[in-house]
Order: sequence, then structure tokens, then C-alpha cells
Amino acid sequence: MTETAGTTGQENRVMDFSDDEVIIGLEIHCQLDTLTKLFCGCSTDYRDDGPNTHVCPICLGLPGSLPRVNRKAIEYALRVAKALNCTIIEESEFARKNYFYPDLNKGFQITQYDRPLAVRGYLDIEGDDGEKRVRITRVHVEEDPGRLVHKGGADRAKYTLVDYNRAGIPLIEIVTEPDIRSPKEARKFLNKLRATLEYLGVFDSEKEGSLRVDANISIQPKGWFTREGKGKADRGRAEVKNISSYKGVEKALTFEVTRQKNALRRGQRLGTETRHFVETRGITTSSRSKEMEQDYRYFPEPDLRPLQVCSWAEEIVLPELPDARRARFLTQYGCSPIHARTLTGDLRVAEFYEHIATIDPVLAATWVADTLLGELNYRDMGVSRVSPESFRELIVLVKEGSVTDKGGVEVLRSLLDQIKESGSCETPGECVGRLGLRVLERTGETGADDDPVAKAAREVIAEQPQAVADFHAGKKEAFNFLVGQVMKKTRGRAKPADVNQVLSGILGKEG
Amino acid sequence: MVSEKDVAHIAGLADIGIEKEELAEFTGRFNEILDYFDILDQVEPGSRGETDLVNVFRDDVVEASLPEDEVLANTREKEDGFFRAPRVM
Amino acid sequence: MPTLTFSPKDRYNAFITTLNEAGTGPGKLSGIGIAVKDNISTSGIPTTCASRILEGYIPPFDAHVVTLLKKAGAGIVGKTNMDEFGMGTTTENSAFGPTKNPADPSRVPGGSSGGSAAAIAAGMVRMALGTDTGGSIRCPAAFCGIVGHKPTYGRVSRYGLIAYANSLEQIGPMARTVSDISLLMEILTAYDPRDSTSINCPYAHTPDPDVHGLKIGVPEEYFGEGVDPRVASVVWEGISLLERKGAEIITCRMPSMAYALAAYYVTCTSEASSNLARFDGVRYGHPADTKLQWHESFQDRRRNGFGTEVKRRIMLGTFALSSGYYGKYYAKAQAARQQVRTDFLRLFRSVDVIAGPTMPTVAFRLGEKTDPLSMYLSDILTVPANLAGIPAISVPCGTSEGLPVGLQIMGPHFRDERVIDVAYAYELGVAR
Ligand SMILES: [Zn+2]
Repeated sequence: MTETAGTTGQENRVMDFSDDEVIIGLEIHCQLDTLTKLFCGCSTDYRDDGPNTHVCPICLGLPGSLPRVNRKAIEYALRVAKALNCTIIEESEFARKNYFYPDLNKGFQITQYDRPLAVRGYLDIEGDDGEKRVRITRVHVEEDPGRLVHKGGADRAKYTLVDYNRAGIPLIEIVTEPDIRSPKEARKFLNKLRATLEYLGVFDSEKEGSLRVDANISIQPKGWFTREGKGKADRGRAEVKNISSYKGVEKALTFEVTRQKNALRRGQRLGTETRHFVETRGITTSSRSKEMEQDYRYFPEPDLRPLQVCSWAEEIVLPELPDARRARFLTQYGCSPIHARTLTGDLRVAEFYEHIATIDPVLAATWVADTLLGELNYRDMGVSRVSPESFRELIVLVKEGSVTDKGGVEVLRSLLDQIKESGSCETPGECVGRLGLRVLERTGETGADDDPVAKAAREVIAEQPQAVADFHAGKKEAFNFLVGQVMKKTRGRAKPADVNQVLSGILGKEG
Repeated sequence: MVSEKDVAHIAGLADIGIEKEELAEFTGRFNEILDYFDILDQVEPGSRGETDLVNVFRDDVVEASLPEDEVLANTREKEDGFFRAPRVM
Repeated sequence: MPTLTFSPKDRYNAFITTLNEAGTGPGKLSGIGIAVKDNISTSGIPTTCASRILEGYIPPFDAHVVTLLKKAGAGIVGKTNMDEFGMGTTTENSAFGPTKNPADPSRVPGGSSGGSAAAIAAGMVRMALGTDTGGSIRCPAAFCGIVGHKPTYGRVSRYGLIAYANSLEQIGPMARTVSDISLLMEILTAYDPRDSTSINCPYAHTPDPDVHGLKIGVPEEYFGEGVDPRVASVVWEGISLLERKGAEIITCRMPSMAYALAAYYVTCTSEASSNLARFDGVRYGHPADTKLQWHESFQDRRRNGFGTEVKRRIMLGTFALSSGYYGKYYAKAQAARQQVRTDFLRLFRSVDVIAGPTMPTVAFRLGEKTDPLSMYLSDILTVPANLAGIPAISVPCGTSEGLPVGLQIMGPHFRDERVIDVAYAYELGVAR
């Protein structure tokens, strides 16, 4: 590459990005859902309590205290390593990462460095171009630092407040190879990883701050990462630190793609840079910190003994994981491939579905995957807020025809609104009654006076003379219009077949 | 040989305050000691040795945390249950 | 509960804190007043490590060994002076001023457990706890003319010991007699799962002075360059006494001694550079200045809170671990350490214990050693036991220039009983 900018040739070369690809690697930190911290017996259930209420000499870093490894944390990490198809390292160890920051209780973080728990695994995901394998570089265990609070905002606070309740919560760090090719794919990877961790019973994604992601992103000429492409110039990269939500990852990376493309288009060199994601504004900003030049002076933690856990790992039997469950949903319940994927993409959804699948697997799949998840998403609610028994009752009402599909959706919306508001809701039956959504059962002969469908049909016919005339003039659409009006009048409670029958009956007589 | 500049760099890395006046003396001593450490160059890089004691664990059982008054007893820089530290930005 | 009163004239500056009254109880140490080195946490009693940086720190918990002493009925009567964080060989590096040697107050008591040794030598207490990272129990024991034992690494819980160099140090007993050392070992070795590097190996032993047929290895290096010939000859006499009691003397070699001291200093300074990072003044100790920015405050505290030697060791350790130097220093030191261990294991295939001087000289004059390297070099005979993790005891074996000399006896891992037996045999032999 020539350095002389400004020549036409150069500019053309710089401007041509058609052959580029986005290269993303992720570093994911998840809190392991143990009862106690990684190195002490303090409870991990701190979220509802005041600052520094779940601390002891060990997690406060008081002099003379010594760490003790929580067996469960290692077991959970081994489950993850196995589920991610990793090789467990014969002898791994903890190491100290030395840096000075008030959220560190000891002036160093106990983590793993050159001898991590496990290496070289993979996770198969539904990528942008179908099934794809994302390689895992390593999986290791480390402690979470404390939490810093700046009253009045980071810029204005005169000092920092420190809460060590979080200090020492076990984290698992999962590092991927740079195999991800788009922000959307990154999101999909994270969703699959989250599902896997939850299926393993080691992670609770609903706990605030339980997941944090650092993302490495660059835009390189196609094939840059293959052996043949190695010779090509590196266009530089950004490491976006501390993204703390699933949606945030996609947003931050999408922002970065645009930012980097624009910079490259302008002919800028990107270098290597640490950036921070500002969640509220959906942008990343360059961090001026010296992080790139940090020298962490790792060395083996002398207060802890090494781990030799290969045979232990072999004994661990993994539960059914998302892919296996998806396959089972296809065969056992006859779900469509799309439904099976959606339903198994989240452990809670899968279990919720299995709770009600017995009524009618296909109907239940549609209701859960299409209707329920959509309505929940709209309200920013999780499936765990909904009682499966209650939802089951609703599906039964729909299946037996007591309420129409449309009425069922209305009931569901009302119930979810109630839950969102007050945490509880009436029964679906009560809701149907209160909203008057019970399907209009036809009484007596077609056209009988007390048949509510017939009554509605007569009213519509009286109100819409033009449409009736059009119908008689042979316009087919006019009939559909009249059906719609009857449905509207009955607020969707009439069965379409009934309306058809009644309407054509009355119009036929008149004709 | 490390220079005064190197020693100042190490002091920065260690985040330790070395007075300017101390630097020359420190550097001299530092070099004497590092010269002595050079004997390690003769050691063949070797294994870390046997590990006799491995897999030392504790069970995942909740133990009592410190009473709140003891947590903050050793500092006067506190506020609403938090420790107060110098600002980081 | 009977209460001990303790109000000594501390002419040698052996104590940082004394407690006028100490509760005692029933047990093997009932009614005995014991001094504890001030890097061992004592609940409710300031624990300073002889450093300004821990000013005002009162631990909310007892070190495991302190719990054990109390349970055995002992009374904790005070916290003894030391080199700041254990970093020294003279107890001159203390924020509370140097301790003097009761055998000759113009001399240092040795270090870093100099306060504990002086308190015993001056008759202020019968026993004390010290800690030994590279000789910090044995050196002051030798210089003050008392007995001091560094247990096998892992035999005594380090829980509550404020760490200087975790992989090297042990808490151990100091006393006038070997019998008292043995008594304290019975108490101190009760297992504590809180120290993951410790092993459940209780000491339940009555010293046995029979050394018939015992093979004592004497490495040439322990009588080589740097060892004062007068000290050497006193120690040889001591070893000869054991020979007369029926032991067999076998001279041997320890080639790894060439690297031991460098390996030791690289390792301990590396670990220290990390251990001492927690004293940021946020949670305890001299408070951080919240008007400053974080790094300014941190530097400020370290500049004012640490003495020169501590700063030097933090710097050395930082350098040894830093990128580009880790391989040259830290990694090589670990390889050398392994060689020391291998040397000992090899020797212990043909001998039962290894003997030699504890220190290459008698106690220095106060202020005599000014340059750090020559100070470090005086640890050459004690650091190998720490690098290998083996037990080592120093027992008084006469004088040179009127000053106490220590005989050091080292044994295989978890054979503390054996080195204590040999020390006991020597002690009895001298007495007769
Ligand atoms: Zn804790």
C-alpha cells in the first residue's frame, strides 16, 4: 500500500469496500448462578440488599484473609466447557491480574491466565447464511470486581462510592475466535450461548448485570482471516468494552460497523482502540484510558492450589441442550422447524411450552411461539411472569371453541397488562366473561329470533342497504364486507362459519 | 543496567511514589541487585515441579457475612453503607 | 477466667502494642502469656505489620493460630515489632523504630521477627509467634540466643497472616527451649480448611533426644564463602556434639545454593508487589484522600505509607513480573526453586536431617548494614528451606565474640518432629 493519499488510484482503492467483511470476536462474562461467591461463603443473592451487606474479610480483601475455591463454581464452569465442546486442560490454575482500581478489593483480580480451565471448543449457531460453527478459544473462571457508584453522574461526582457485594461473584469468561461476521450474527451467538448456559442450569439471564460482553470488531478485506489472506494489511480494530445487554451488543456493533466503514472510506487508519458503549445513546466512544498499555503482571495465585479436573469433567452428565431439544420438539410434537427453534431458544419458553403441549402440540406451539412471545416482547416482559396453568386454560378455551382466536388474543393482552400492572391477573375464563368474548353459540334454527348471530346479521343488513344491493347485483366482495360487519358487531365472538351460513341464509331468502 | 528513566517507569507501573531525590540512589541499588539476579540466567528453564496438593475446594454453602457495623469500622470515608474512594475519572 | 497482667519495661522496643491484661483459660497453654508478631491478625487489637500504611487498622477477626492459642488457654499479651511487612533481617525497618538485641543492645536482634525473639530473650514472655518467609524466625532466634522453628510449608494455617510472600512463609513458634517449641507445635498445627495450601497433619509428639544412628548431612555450601569462620567453627562443634551422641556426619553438596538467594528474592518481591497493592486506604488503614484523583491518592499513600525497603521490594517485584522480564526473572526463579527442592529431596534419600549455621555471622551492629544487597546476602543459609518448603529449626549453640550463634537443622517435608528431636538432643547434650 502506498502512503501517498490523494491520487485517484489510491482513492479508488480506498473507496472500494464491496469485498470487505466484518470480523467479530466476543469475550463474554457471565455470572455463574452459585449460592455463594467464588472464594468465600458470602451469599450471591445481593441484588435487593443495601451496599456492603454481603461481604466478609475475604471479599473485602482484608489483610490476612485467604481465598477458598467454591467447588460448585468449578463444576458449573466444567458443564459450560463440556457443552461448548472444549478440551479440559489437565492442570489449570488461578492467576493474579494486577491493576489498581477501587472496585478491586485486593489490588488484583483472581482469574486464569496461561493455564485456563478449558480451551478449543465450538458452538453451532444459526448464522447469517444458515448453520455455522463459531469456535471457542477458551473458557475460564474469575471473580467479579465490586461496583462503583458516582452520585450525580460520573462527570460530576467528587468521589467514588464502592459496594463490594458483587466482588467475588463467580464469573465464567468465554472467548470466541473471530468467526462472527455481522452484528446480527453476534446477537444470535449470544442468544444461543445464553440458552445453552440456562439449559445447563448455571446461569440466570434475568438477573441484572449477569452478562457483560467485550467485542472485538474490525472490517477487513475478504479472506483476511484465512491463511491466504494473512499477508494483507490489517485495517485495525476496536475493542468495545462492557456491553451489558443482548440488544446492546447488536447496537454497539452496528454502530461500529458504520463508524469504521466511514472512517475507512475517508482513508483513515484505525489502529487498535478501546471503546466504550454508551447504552443510552447507542454509540461507542473512544476511551482515553491507558488500557492498551496496561501490564497486568500475571503470575500464579500462590494462595490456591492447581486444578486437575479432567476425570471430574468426564463424570459430569449434561442435561438436554437446545439443539437436542429442538430435534425432539420436531419429532415428539410435530412442531414446524421455525417454531421448534423459537420454542427451544430459551429454556423458560421451552419448559413453558412443554407444560401446555399436551392439549394440542401444534396449536400450543403457534400460541406460544407466535402470539405469546410477541405480546411479551411488546411489553418487555419475560415468560416467567406468566403462569403456565393460566395460559393452558386459555388454550383450552380456544381449542374447544369457547373463544375465537381473535378473542383469545384479546384475553391474552388483557391478562398480560394486568400482570404487568399488578403482578397477578384474573383467570382466562373470568377475563372472557368480563370482556364478553365468549363465542356466540347459535341457538335454534338459522334465523331464529333469539340467535345472536342472526340478530347481528339482520342489523347489518338493515344498516348497509348499498352493500346488500351490490351483493344482489352479483358483487362477491359485498358479501365479504357484510361478513366483516357482522364480525365487528359481535366483536369477533361469532364463528366465521356461522356468520357465513347465517348471512347467506338471510340474503338468499330475501333474494 | 536500568536507567533512572527505567526506574521511574517501573515506579509508574507499580503506581508507587518515588521522590525525584530518591531516584538516583534507588537506581544504583536496583542495578546492584539486578546484577546479582543475573545468576538466574544460568538456570535452565524448567518445569514448575510436582504438584502434590490439587483440587482444594469448599462446598457451596452460605456462611455469615460480616455484621454491617464491622464492615465499615475501619474507615471514616463512608456514606450510606458505601465506602468512599477517590474519584476514578 | 484468670487474667494475666502484663506491664513490662520494654527496654528493647520489642513490642508495638502491649496489653496490660490478657484473659486466659484452661488448656495446654493455660496461664501462659504469649507475644504475637504484629503481622498476625488479632481481633480487636491493632495489627500494623510495623507499617504506617496500616495505621489504625483493627482486624475484625483472629488469625487461625491466635484462635488456637486462646483455645489452649494462653493469653495474648502483645504484638511484637518487626521489619515492615517482614521485609528485613534486622528489625530496623520498622515504622516504630528498631528493636534492640537483649544479648547486646548495640546490636540488632535479627529479623524480621526481632520483636518476638527479643521479648523472649529479655524474659518478657516465655514464648512467641513469629513468621518465617526467608529466615525471619530462625535469624532472630540465632541472633538473640533462643529457639525458633519454621514449620513445613502447609503445616500451620496462614489464615490471618498478613501476606508478604505467600508461597514461602509460615507462622512458627519461638521460645527459650525446644520443649516449648514442641508444645506450641501441638497447638498450632490444628487443621484449618481456610488455608487452601495447608494440610491436615497435626503434630502430636514428645521430643525424643535419641540420635543414635541418625545421619546428619552437612552441605559444604553452608560453610563456604561468606560464612564467618568463627561462627562456622562454633557450629561445627555443635554438630560434633551430636556425633558424640551417636549421630553420623555425612558431608554433602547443594549446588542449587548458587541460585537460591536470587530465586528467593525474585519470588518474594514478586508476590509482595501484588500483596501490598490492597492497601489503598479505602476499606481500612490510613484513609485515602478523596479530594485527590484515584491514582494520585494511591501513589500518595504508598509514598508516605511504605518505608524505603518495602518500596524497593515492590519495585523489584513489579519489574520481575513485568512484560518482557517475566521469563528472565520470575519464571527462572521458579525453575531455580525447583532445583533447590530437588537437591533437598536427593539429599534426604541418604541423610535424615541437614545441619549447618543458621546465619553466616553473629548479630550486626545497629545501623551497620546499609546496602540492601549485602543485607539480602545474609539470608543465604535460611532461604533454601523456604524455597523447598521444608521444616527448619534454629537452636542456640554457643557464642562467637560473646554473641549467640544458631545451629540450623532442616528435615524432610512434614518431619518437623525429627528436626525438633535433633534440636532437643543438642539442647540436652549441652545442658549435661
Ligand atoms: Zn465474602
